[in-house]
Amino acid sequence: MESSVLQFFQWFWNLFGLWDWVWSWFEPFWPLVWIIIKIVAIFVPLLLGVAYLTYAERRVIGAMQVRIGPNRVGWWGLLQPIADGLKLFLKEVILPTKADPSLFFVAPALAMAPAVAVWSVVPFFDGGALADVNAGVLFLLAITSLGVYGIIIAGWASNSKYPFLGAMRSAAQMVSYEVSMGLALVCILMVSNSLNLSDIVRAQGQGAMTDAGVGFLSWNWLPLLPMFLVYLISGVAELNRAPFDVVEGESEIVAGHMVEYSGMAFAMFFLAEYANMILVSATVSIFFLGGWLSPFGFLPDGIFWLLAKMSTILFLFLWLRATFPRFRYDQIMRLGWKVFVPLCLIWIPVVGIWMMSPFNIWK
Amino acid sequence: MELKTVIFYVFALIMLVAAVRVITARNPVHAVLFLVLAFFNAGGLWLTLDAEFLAIALVMVYVGAVMVLFLFVVMMLDIDAKRLRQGFWSHMPLAATLGVLMAGEMALVLSSEYFGSASFSGQTMPADYSNTKELGRLLFTDYVYPFELASIILLVAIIAAVMLTLRHRRDVKHLDPAKQIAVKHTDRLRVIQMPAEKEEAE
Repeated sequence: MESSVLQFFQWFWNLFGLWDWVWSWFEPFWPLVWIIIKIVAIFVPLLLGVAYLTYAERRVIGAMQVRIGPNRVGWWGLLQPIADGLKLFLKEVILPTKADPSLFFVAPALAMAPAVAVWSVVPFFDGGALADVNAGVLFLLAITSLGVYGIIIAGWASNSKYPFLGAMRSAAQMVSYEVSMGLALVCILMVSNSLNLSDIVRAQGQGAMTDAGVGFLSWNWLPLLPMFLVYLISGVAELNRAPFDVVEGESEIVAGHMVEYSGMAFAMFFLAEYANMILVSATVSIFFLGGWLSPFGFLPDGIFWLLAKMSTILFLFLWLRATFPRFRYDQIMRLGWKVFVPLCLIWIPVVGIWMMSPFNIWK
Repeated sequence: MELKTVIFYVFALIMLVAAVRVITARNPVHAVLFLVLAFFNAGGLWLTLDAEFLAIALVMVYVGAVMVLFLFVVMMLDIDAKRLRQGFWSHMPLAATLGVLMAGEMALVLSSEYFGSASFSGQTMPADYSNTKELGRLLFTDYVYPFELASIILLVAIIAAVMLTLRHRRDVKHLDPAKQIAVKHTDRLRVIQMPAEKEEAE
């Protein structure tokens, strides 16, 4: 792909007959420019995806609740997210009098940065990751675990009651569910024998079921079904979304850590939350649903399969929000520590014994 | 200067500044956040040594979990900085002695190569060398007993900490989720048949 982009540039500059001159001083910078091009190619669709996920959420939940949802701005309301963004952009960012000024403005950036940085290791198609690192899964876990700082610091720096309560809740909840997420991933690592995200996807495209032409039966979701459910539900809890949204429960603590924020500072939290939603849907697709692999042998693999799987998971998240009432806080903690963690701890030896037995399907 | 050297100095400089701010910051929450920054940069330094597992584990375990709980506790403490500073000068001699001792020990470790008592070989590994795999192999084969022993000690510590703080209050209205789920409508609701009353004629 790099060479075809270079060829395009060559063609473009040759229109003016300047290619040799341009390339003579441009060549040392090309690797840097190429990385920046790739970053933009990931970042811009991500932000568009975030914008239209908010639109999809309002339309889908509207349909589920027999309402219409936004339909005034643009055709079928398609310009609504642009209008919302513009509005937030033009609003004043208010600093509460007793807030900690530096941390108050650092917090939104700390929420946003990990949500974007993690995308560097996500493989979109075979060989299509910005950084195809060997410890990709660890990198993913490490960087996503930083996201909680944005919320905690926001809650503390606001110097206000509800934000602080929200921050305390989120700190406990996110640390708890990271444990079960990590343990579920241990099973994935065992069966795919790699920490590289691309290798994990490739490992799912092997086996008797793939040879028989029904590849979707060889993906990790089927042999590791309990872990798939644990990871999916922990992912929703990690996102602080309904039914685990006690962090920003409107009826109890208004909006949790975001109460004192306005304008773009608030928008940053919003962007981070939706970027994380898309990220969790991508990781579920990669770890359990075969990433870019096609479900049937006669269809080609490609990025569209990953996008289709991600859209399905995202729809599931919206569906969950429209369906379930909010969990009580002690029940959230009980589910994380007393149900998911023991289940993972049992399933890891089960997978280990399975792999050592003659019935091992991951050879 | 090589790019790697530049990166090393950037990480090292930020880490040193953050470490100094940990002990000089007046606000304890700021101090904890500077400690987080120092950890993060230490992880970066380890990455430049190709020790990617250690680097990421440091960020994941310390920054992602331990420091979050640290912050959690520090935010909820009612800390009066003025009272904490009382007796600073009377504790100073002991603290200074300890500090100088620790600095001296670290200097000895780092200069051992110079004095010829130990030798570190800056070995570079091939590109397909996996730090994670190698550490895992060592931990679960050569050092499996010390590793298991350490985990049992940690488990004992966890149980001890839980036992020390666990108090069952008698006035707590505890609900058993299994019982809640098993409830049938007949347990809670009694439908009473009432004969319809005739409307009295006026």
